[in-house]
Amino acid sequence: MKHLIDICDLSTEEIDGLISRANDIIAHPDAYSRKCAGKKLATLFFEPSTRTRLSFEAAMYELGGHVIGFSEAQSSSASKGESVADTIKVVSCYADIIAMRHPKEGAPLVASRVSGVPIINAGDGGHNHPTQTLADLLTIYREKGRLSDFTIGFCGDLKFGRTVHSLINALSRYSGIKFVLISPDELKLPSYIKKEVIAKNGIPYTQTSSLEDVIPSLDVLYMTRVQRERFFNEEDYARLKDSYILTPEKLVPAKKDMIILHPLPRVNEISVSVDSDERACYFKQVLYGKYIRMSLIMKLLGIN
Amino acid sequence: MYIDSITNGIVIDHIKAGKAMEIYKILGLEKLDCPVAIIKNVHSGKMGKKDIIKVDSDIDIDLDAIGYVDSEITINVIKDGKIIEKKHIELPLIIKNIVRCKNPRCITTTEQELDHVFKLTNREEKIYRCIYCESKVQNN
Repeated sequence: MKHLIDICDLSTEEIDGLISRANDIIAHPDAYSRKCAGKKLATLFFEPSTRTRLSFEAAMYELGGHVIGFSEAQSSSASKGESVADTIKVVSCYADIIAMRHPKEGAPLVASRVSGVPIINAGDGGHNHPTQTLADLLTIYREKGRLSDFTIGFCGDLKFGRTVHSLINALSRYSGIKFVLISPDELKLPSYIKKEVIAKNGIPYTQTSSLEDVIPSLDVLYMTRVQRERFFNEEDYARLKDSYILTPEKLVPAKKDMIILHPLPRVNEISVSVDSDERACYFKQVLYGKYIRMSLIMKLLGIN
Repeated sequence: MYIDSITNGIVIDHIKAGKAMEIYKILGLEKLDCPVAIIKNVHSGKMGKKDIIKVDSDIDIDLDAIGYVDSEITINVIKDGKIIEKKHIELPLIIKNIVRCKNPRCITTTEQELDHVFKLTNREEKIYRCIYCESKVQNN
């Protein structure tokens, strides 16, 4: 049985297949409206995340399926001390596929080892969030027309930003990619990712703390939020949260066809006045997230 | 110093000087009721100084555990007073319940029954990462 725990669980061919199916769903939504009729998706959110949960639920409804589940640990047996493994064994008796979010890193891997149905990792703490990465890849493909030969700048929290780590992992398999890593010293990309992913794949990269210096060279700008929940120390969070704020002025030297991505939610790292810029693609990214999740659900359920 | 040679059992040789007690604990040798000798700081032509552990009983040894601590160690299996097998240790690809994950965000911190499993991700630098959260093994 296939699960999606980490973006590395998918081969390049599988990723390309998911993107191709998502494009077909976008072109012919009616053809997919009954594909999952009679199937149930369980959304098990041990940690609240309205956006991701709604995306999965909308995806399943648009495929004609049903949704069961809970949106916070307090409304599940986890609050009574039930283990992840037991919860999954029970829920897999009711559902055909499970999307789970959990605050602890590795919880979806534990789930996949005992589950009788496919598990989708909908985020495990600061670790992995593979469906966000698939949404990012579909957005780049839809907006740039390719997943190779471009320069992508990651800006903000590159240390705790799981979406950045996963996207770097996924893009490292495509040719002609260049990474520009833009962050304050304290939030630099962990060295093991530079060594074990970027350098290992021979990908050129530069590091800088200045967005202004590098913005003219970028084809894709991936902004991130400095997340309060990833810090143990409130002082560190307060000091670093406003490191980068993207404004229309900063976008002046950028390429006219550069695209701006953000996994959302944003706080203030992208000024609202940027939203009307044609290069702002972060709300399209949300929509593409739903389509790629539809594509993924079908794949994991073995539906063509 | 004189220590009897053993008739049937194992000799864990070429242990880095000072590491014998770590091997002793990891292998749970304190649970044995047969004679066990820990010999420290023995002269070695190759290593300068080394430690040796002799176990006077034919026991199963967790080679992965030894390999994780020190992959240069050799195991001599003794039968009827003769070495019948020399085992050379390699770095194990997976280690289970030898070290614990110390990442407070890891699922192993709340689900107590889970095995603590690490996989070798970088052989040259001997880096092991937790299979759940990918944190590196932290010593101490």
